[in-house]
Amino acid sequence: MRTLLEIRLLPALAVAAIVIVLPYFFPSAYYFRIGALVYIFALAVVGLNLLMGFAGQVSLGHAGFLGIGAYSVVIGPVYFGLPSWLCVFVGATVSGAVAFLVGRPILRLKGHYLAVATLGFGLLVAIVLTNEAGWTGGPDGMSVPRLALFNWQVRGSDAWYWIAGTTLVGGFVLALNLMESPTGRALQAIHDSEIAALVLGIDVARKKLTIFVISAMYASVAGSYLALFNGHVTPDVAGFLRSIELVAMVVLGGMGSIVGSLVGAAVLVVLPQVLTIFHEYEQTLLGLILMVFMIFLRRGIVPSLAATFAGRRR
Amino acid sequence: MIILQTDRLSVAFGGVRAIDGVNLAIESGQVYSVIGPNGSGKTTLFNLVSGIYTPDDGSIRLAGEMVTGLTPDQLARRGLSRTFQNLQIFSRMSVLENVMVGRHRHERTGIFADLLHWPSVARQNEATSKAALAALARVGLADSAGRPAGSLAYGALKRLEIARAVASDPTLLLLDEPAAGCNPVETEEIDGLIRSIVRDGITVVLVEHDMRLVMNISDRVHVLANGRTLAEGTPEQVRSDAAVVEAYLGVHGSQEAVCAFD
Repeated sequence: MRTLLEIRLLPALAVAAIVIVLPYFFPSAYYFRIGALVYIFALAVVGLNLLMGFAGQVSLGHAGFLGIGAYSVVIGPVYFGLPSWLCVFVGATVSGAVAFLVGRPILRLKGHYLAVATLGFGLLVAIVLTNEAGWTGGPDGMSVPRLALFNWQVRGSDAWYWIAGTTLVGGFVLALNLMESPTGRALQAIHDSEIAALVLGIDVARKKLTIFVISAMYASVAGSYLALFNGHVTPDVAGFLRSIELVAMVVLGGMGSIVGSLVGAAVLVVLPQVLTIFHEYEQTLLGLILMVFMIFLRRGIVPSLAATFAGRRR
Repeated sequence: MIILQTDRLSVAFGGVRAIDGVNLAIESGQVYSVIGPNGSGKTTLFNLVSGIYTPDDGSIRLAGEMVTGLTPDQLARRGLSRTFQNLQIFSRMSVLENVMVGRHRHERTGIFADLLHWPSVARQNEATSKAALAALARVGLADSAGRPAGSLAYGALKRLEIARAVASDPTLLLLDEPAAGCNPVETEEIDGLIRSIVRDGITVVLVEHDMRLVMNISDRVHVLANGRTLAEGTPEQVRSDAAVVEAYLGVHGSQEAVCAFD
């Protein structure tokens, strides 16, 4: 019983350890910045992985929820005078509600059709954010009021490193809990055979909607953090490239691997920074490295390596 | 008691009447087999009864209650379970988890409790896995509980699907060709398994090509041809029915058969 509990939450403990230990090896404040970015993206990727990796439903418009979260922490404080921390929750609630409304009709679609429908949703959010300039500042975006927690003005990359790291551990715990619950088993069942899930009494449409809403809320919180951390937000946060980036992180790290979500986010945040030393070859090299990863670790980094080690031990 | 009754059940696909006015009346506690040549509509009948297809005409009653047009998950919650001719295994999950999904309709789920791993969720997980292990032991797969389902052999997967369906504690179980592709020893195991399921008071409806199995185990047999009822009765009645013999062997073949018996 005790050991069972420990095994379930082991990845969350590992992440907590990483978050705590890593700063001892950081030579400069710049590394805190990168670390914070990795954790923020990992949070969104954990949510998307619940949808894609576990329930098997693709979303090419997830940056739309990133955008809703990001603009919540601008619009709430600037126009309504709400505290920023509250707007993180308001954004997540709004994203969940939007996901619920959008998800009902489009989650009936499967495979490529679902991909195109979610793609359309993402584009729609980006267009609204660009065109409603009166609220959003248009294509140039807006600057984001600083987060204040109990009279503490949150500034500096190290503060955000700890906030994002702590939230990511929380996100891990919730995701790991969910996977070992009736809902989690139902979602995995839907991934493998919708028809078998149905005849076993699983309300497939409702389960899909539930996980779509949850994954939207993960993305929304990540979007809010991203905006607060950067201090500026533009409609690019909800753009198509961002959505693709999130999907790439899921697939690269490993579909259905919660740990893989962090690894995928880390690789795709850190690698471009490292590759800047190659100047104009940066993009080419990035593409090449991703291809090599996918060819040799085709199930994603974490599941493929796990399988290799398990095979060697035997 | 009549557990399953259909009245003039019909469905057409692109003008072809796949099932045409079929009446079923299945007594609770029996083994009821549906047989017929390939393409006669056996699996279509199963898909209608389990809610995967919606009938164009006619009605379905489950334990006296009108259930025409209900979805498969609604029917499952009313105690109807089934297996598939082409296996529908959750191949990425473990063998045990597959059967645990079978317990879904008996589990209380709340998204907040599940996210927070409330103590009730832990307790329920334990109860579910215990029940699932018992169902696995019944089909002789308890030793494989921790293996990925995708790694099992074909015969074992057939039994895993039955275990998963039985774990849901159905009152009516539809088995679609449980012995297809099985060798004689495996077929013998399936035979024993079906008998033990019926002993538990579960009514079994069987679609099967293995005539020895069907004639051995069935209380009643329903013969379909081109979507229509050709004959219905005890195995002995059906076996000696001229129309049935003809449907299976053709007119010429049936004459040959008569000669052979004489």
